Amino acid sequence: MIRRLLLGLAAAAALAGCSGKGGETKAPAGPQISGAGATFPAPLYAKWAEAQRAATGLTLNYQAIGSGGGIKQIEAGTVAFGASDKPLKPAELEQNGLLQFPTVMGGVVPVANLPGVAPGAIKLTGPVLADIYLGKVKTWADPELAQANAGVKLPNLPITVVHRADGSGTSFLFTSYLAGVAPAWAKVGASDSVAWPAGIGGKGNDGVAALVKQTPGAIGYVEYAYAKQNGMAYALLQNASGAFVAPTAASFAAAAAGADWANAPGFYLLLLNQPGKDAWPITGATFILMHRRQADPAQARAVLSFFDWAYKNGDAQALALDYVALPEPVKALARRSWAGIVGPDGKPVYAPAS
Amino acid sequence: MTAAIESHEAAPARTAKGAVFDRTFEALCFGAATLLLTALGGLIVSLAIGGWPAFAKFGPRFFISSDWDPVQEVYGASGAIVGTLVSSALALLFALPLALGVAIFLVELCPVRLRRPIGTAVELLAGIPSIVYGMWGLFVFAPWFAHNVQLPIMTAAPPGSIWETITSGVPNGAGILAASLILAIMILPFIAATLRELLLTIPPAVRESAYGLGSNTFEVIRKVSLPYIRTGAVGAIMLGLGRALGETMAVTFIIGNSHGFPTSIFASGATIASTIANEFAEATGELHTASLIALGLVLFVITFAVLALARLMIGRQVNS
Repeated sequence: MIRRLLLGLAAAAALAGCSGKGGETKAPAGPQISGAGATFPAPLYAKWAEAQRAATGLTLNYQAIGSGGGIKQIEAGTVAFGASDKPLKPAELEQNGLLQFPTVMGGVVPVANLPGVAPGAIKLTGPVLADIYLGKVKTWADPELAQANAGVKLPNLPITVVHRADGSGTSFLFTSYLAGVAPAWAKVGASDSVAWPAGIGGKGNDGVAALVKQTPGAIGYVEYAYAKQNGMAYALLQNASGAFVAPTAASFAAAAAGADWANAPGFYLLLLNQPGKDAWPITGATFILMHRRQADPAQARAVLSFFDWAYKNGDAQALALDYVALPEPVKALARRSWAGIVGPDGKPVYAPAS
Repeated sequence: MTAAIESHEAAPARTAKGAVFDRTFEALCFGAATLLLTALGGLIVSLAIGGWPAFAKFGPRFFISSDWDPVQEVYGASGAIVGTLVSSALALLFALPLALGVAIFLVELCPVRLRRPIGTAVELLAGIPSIVYGMWGLFVFAPWFAHNVQLPIMTAAPPGSIWETITSGVPNGAGILAASLILAIMILPFIAATLRELLLTIPPAVRESAYGLGSNTFEVIRKVSLPYIRTGAVGAIMLGLGRALGETMAVTFIIGNSHGFPTSIFASGATIASTIANEFAEATGELHTASLIALGLVLFVITFAVLALARLMIGRQVNS
C-alpha cells in the first residue's frame, strides 16, 4: 500500500510538475482528459498517464474521489470519464446513457492474526467466513473451523471481526461474495457499506490491517495488493470447485479466464466464485464509465485512445503495482464495445487499431 | 474602540476625499461581514434541502433509531449523535482538569523563565494536524492503551459483575474511550490558552489584596481567581467542546466505527463527523447521501448551539 501510494504520489507529482510547466510556457503537446472516481486503481492510472504523456503527449487529470463520487461526476457530465470499482447494472447504465468497460482486476483477501499459525495455513470456506462475519462463529476453536483445518492447531482465541468502516469497493466485493455463498448473509446484503452484524471498522486497508495486527485472534479483509506488499497472514479460501486456493496473481487471472464476459451486458460481472480449480473466489474488475453520446468527439477519442494504449502497453506496469491485467479476450470485447460511443453525427468516435 | 469613535465624530469638517474613502471603507467592512453571514445562511439552507429526503422519509425516527443500514436504505442517526456527545463530553472531562492546571501554573506559579517555553509547547499541540493525531492514535496510542489500560482492567474485572459488563469489548485499543483521550489531547491547548488569557485579565490588585489578607496560593486561586473568571471559563470550555464535536479524522481512525449505541466504555462507536467522512465519498443512493447531509445539519445545529452558548457566556464575562 505504502509503496503504491508513494508511486502514485510520485506519478501525480510528476504529472502536476509537467502540466504546471506546460501551462506556463506553452500549451501541452497532446489532448487533456479528465476523469474522477475509484481510489483503488488510482496509482495505476497515474502510472499509465505518466508513461503515456511521455509516449503520446496526452495528459490525464484523474481525481481519486471514490467510486461513488466518480459515478456522480460522470452522471453530472463534469468529467470525460468516471471510474468505479462497483459496476453499474445494465439498467442503470441505460438510464443514464452510459457505457461501462473494465480496465484491470484485483481481489479481496481475508487476513488473520493467529499467533503460532503460519500465513496460508488456515483454510476457510465461504459459509464459515460468513458465519464469522455474522458473529455466529465466535472463537477459533469452533468445530466449524476445525473441520476444514484438520491438522492445524488453532489457538483458543475469541474471533475479533474487522471490516472496512469507509464505503469501499473492497467491501462491496466481499459482501457480494458472502451473499452469494451463504444464504444467511442475505439479511445483511451486499453494498460498499453495510450494517455489519459484528466487529469493528478500520478506515481504509491500512486501518483494517492495523486493527488486525494489533488484535490477536482478529480477522479482516484487505485488497490483494495491500496484503501482498505488507506480507499479511492470509487465509486460503475454498473456491467453487471445492479446492482451497491461495491469493496469487495466477489465481485471480484464473478467475477472470473462467468468467463468461461475452454474455454479461455492460460487463456487469463480479468474478465471485468463478469455476476453475485455481480460481480465487473473491475477484473483481474496476470499471470506466463514459457517456454513449459525446458532444465533444475529440475528448472521447482521447479517453479511449488512453485506455487502448493501456490495454496494449500497460500490463507490465499493472503487474509491478500488484494489479492483475485483464485477459486478452476481455480486452478485445471491451474494444469492440467502444463502437457504442458515438459523436453528434452518430458515428463511433474511436476505432481501435486492433 | 469607543474612544476612537468619539474622537472620529468630534473631528472637524472632513475633506470630501476623506468622506468618500470612509464611505467605501464602511461599505467594504459591511460587505465582508454580511458575505460571511450569507454564506453561513446558504450553508444551513443547502444542508436542509440536501437532507430533506431523509427527514421526510424517516421523520422523528431519524433521531431515535440507531439502525444504519445502507443496503436496506434505513437510516437512524441516534448512534452517531450519542457517540458524538459521549466522546466529546468524555474528552472535556479529561482535558479540563489538565487545562486548568496548565493555565494556573503558567499564570500564577510558573517562574518567568519557563513561562514562554511551556506556553509555546502547549500551543504547539494545537498546531498538529488532526490526521497526525489519528495515525499516532491508531498505530502508537491504541496498542499501548490496549496493553496497559484495557487488558489490566478487563482481566481484573470479576466474572459476571457489572464491572465486567461496562468494561467488555475487544482489547485492541480502538473505541470510544480511546477516541475521547485523543480528543482530550487535541482540545487541551485551546482550553488552556483561553483560560490563561482569562486569568491574565484579573487585575493584579485583586489578587494582591487577597494575598494581603493572608490567603495562601491555593486559597487565592480557589476563592478569588477562579470565581473571577468563572463565566468566561465556561465559554472557554464550550469552545473546546465545539472543536471536539466536529473533529473528524483523528476520531475516525480510532473510534472503531460501528453504528449503534455503545454498550461499554471500551465499545467501538461512531460520531457524526466520522460517519460522514467514512461514507460520503462512496454514497450513491439518494437516501444515503441525504441522510449523511442530514447528519451534517444535526452536527451543525449541535455545534452552533454550543458555540452560541460560549459566545453568550464570554460576552457576559467581558461586560461584567
